[in-house]
Amino acid sequence: MNELGLWGIPIAMLGGALRVSVPFLFVSLGECITERSGRINLGQEGTLVMGAMAGYGISYLSSQWLGNSSLAVIAPWLGLLAAGACGLVLGSLHAWLCSKPRVNDVAVGIALMLFGTGLAFYLGKPFIRPRAPQLPSIPLGFWSSVPQIRSSFNISILFFIGAALAPITLWALNNTRWGLRLRTVGESADAARAMGYSISRVRMGATALGGFLAGIGGAFLSLSYPGVWNEGLSSGQGLMAVALVIFARWNPVNCLWAALLFGGASALGPALQSVGVTSGYYLYSAAPYVLTLLIMVITCSPSRTLAGVPGELSMTTS
Amino acid sequence: MRRLASSLGLPVASLVVAGLVFGLFILAVGRSPLDVYALIWRGGFGSGFAWQSTFSRAAPIILTALAVAIPARMGLIQIGGEGALALGGLAASLAGIALSGAGSPLAAKSLMLVAAMFVGGLWIAAIGALKYYRGVNETISSLLLAYIAIALFNHLVEGPFKDPGSLNKPSTLPLDAAHMIGAIPGLDVHWGLAAGILFCLVAHAVLKHTRHGFAVDTIGAGPRVALLAGLPVGRTIVAGCFAGGAAAGLAGGFEVAAVHGTANASLIAGYGYTGILVAFVARHEPVAIVPVAFLFGGIGAASGLLQRRLNLPDATVLVLQGVAFLVILAADPVAEMVRNRLRSAPA
Repeated sequence: MNELGLWGIPIAMLGGALRVSVPFLFVSLGECITERSGRINLGQEGTLVMGAMAGYGISYLSSQWLGNSSLAVIAPWLGLLAAGACGLVLGSLHAWLCSKPRVNDVAVGIALMLFGTGLAFYLGKPFIRPRAPQLPSIPLGFWSSVPQIRSSFNISILFFIGAALAPITLWALNNTRWGLRLRTVGESADAARAMGYSISRVRMGATALGGFLAGIGGAFLSLSYPGVWNEGLSSGQGLMAVALVIFARWNPVNCLWAALLFGGASALGPALQSVGVTSGYYLYSAAPYVLTLLIMVITCSPSRTLAGVPGELSMTTS
Repeated sequence: MRRLASSLGLPVASLVVAGLVFGLFILAVGRSPLDVYALIWRGGFGSGFAWQSTFSRAAPIILTALAVAIPARMGLIQIGGEGALALGGLAASLAGIALSGAGSPLAAKSLMLVAAMFVGGLWIAAIGALKYYRGVNETISSLLLAYIAIALFNHLVEGPFKDPGSLNKPSTLPLDAAHMIGAIPGLDVHWGLAAGILFCLVAHAVLKHTRHGFAVDTIGAGPRVALLAGLPVGRTIVAGCFAGGAAAGLAGGFEVAAVHGTANASLIAGYGYTGILVAFVARHEPVAIVPVAFLFGGIGAASGLLQRRLNLPDATVLVLQGVAFLVILAADPVAEMVRNRLRSAPA
């Protein structure tokens, strides 16, 4: 970053925000849908790791299988699909367990967090070494001749998909029959029952879809940025994304802005490192956790109900 | 006796089911479940040496499980024991360094453990306070605080408090040999095991036989009822979380003062996460935590044998723990379904 001097920090943070925000964005969109149906899925962290492993593994295996044929370009997309499918299965498992009487959704989430990470570590062992083909990205830094800027603004295609998905989800929640049903179930199970909706089926769909999106977010980690598979790949992004939904007041478009903010905070450590500030690296790397906690402390309140909280959601009432 | 049998039946049955489901998984990845079971038995429970290793692992698990169980009885699902353990261990190490060369080893040992309990207690008490006074979801805040604790731990161990002599593995300065906590006579297991069991017994006595325990269970049944009854809800929540955090901090204290002799990355070995599972299997009953911790301590102790003999990855134990957790949570509704079936079936 010599050429850019201190300007390197904001540029690296902006570029970092556009990259690091993607898993936050997908998990929080998924969790937003799940929570609008009145249920919280803390297992998204496990889903994220499982998606990262499955995406990488399938991308690698299918590229081996397809070899040099012209079809080889679809390998990372098959990986993406596999990651989503894993998320779908884990989300459905969460929804199925929670649909039983007297089962606590938070406890099931913790169990799935441990299960998903454990299974991903187990099945992912053979994929730690090989290189899997990556998802394409769009070089938005083409206007600059500075290599750091060019690499900072090499934005994954998933970012654009996620950024488009946020307003689409908001629109669908407010304007489609699916959205109405989801919101009714989330606001008042009694009202939904009176209208003849199947509560467990609606929640099953919402949690499965939430898992699917979290799986996609995981595939981004292994197939785009940082673009490898190892056991330290996720460090609580899935969980922070759950907290981010509260901050976003259960609004998908706010999830996009919040994800960018969190992405920027997560990029602080690496950005400082790139200009040569290395002392206190661990403290800077804790910035997103501290930020999440501060936001929760400021926005939560013991006495009044949060604006926008789905009525059936158990997490914010005592 | 019959009540005891029926309250034991379900957890034992679900652990057996978890073992079977895990066996199916092992079969699916092309290994023999019987080999795996046999090795877990041998590595965890099959010999005196295996039991020693099991007991040493059970000690921190008992204490981190208490850190989950005590708040859970008040309806707070906190899962940040790993962070309290790390900071407790660091506190013990720093206290030990400050007391280096002090005349009375007994006083030094006690002060190290008190420092560990105090720091761990404050860390988890903060979660309770945030929940009660600010309405911050305790599950999320506890995990965030665990990540923050570990970042702080790494920063301090690799920065200001690093022993310049520890090159490959950044550590704090080693404790004086005289200040190390020894083994329980005749067992060759450090005193952390006895401390953990004692902590469980005291927690049991307080919860069952004092008004504090009554307040805890009333809050667990519903904080509004507890407020109406005039119980000190906020104080009880914060104090209960402090007690749990003190247990997790003590686990770190013993890991430093009885096992490693220094604070380094070896402290962050996942005991906090195993403790969550153990607390749930034990249904947040302090006394039940002890045998469950032996079971999962033993499975952890067998992990090395599974890796060496069958070439299974170290994550095998994580898969088993995850399966066990899911089965335990599914057990209640499934048992109820079976009971209803039996009742409605013609005699």
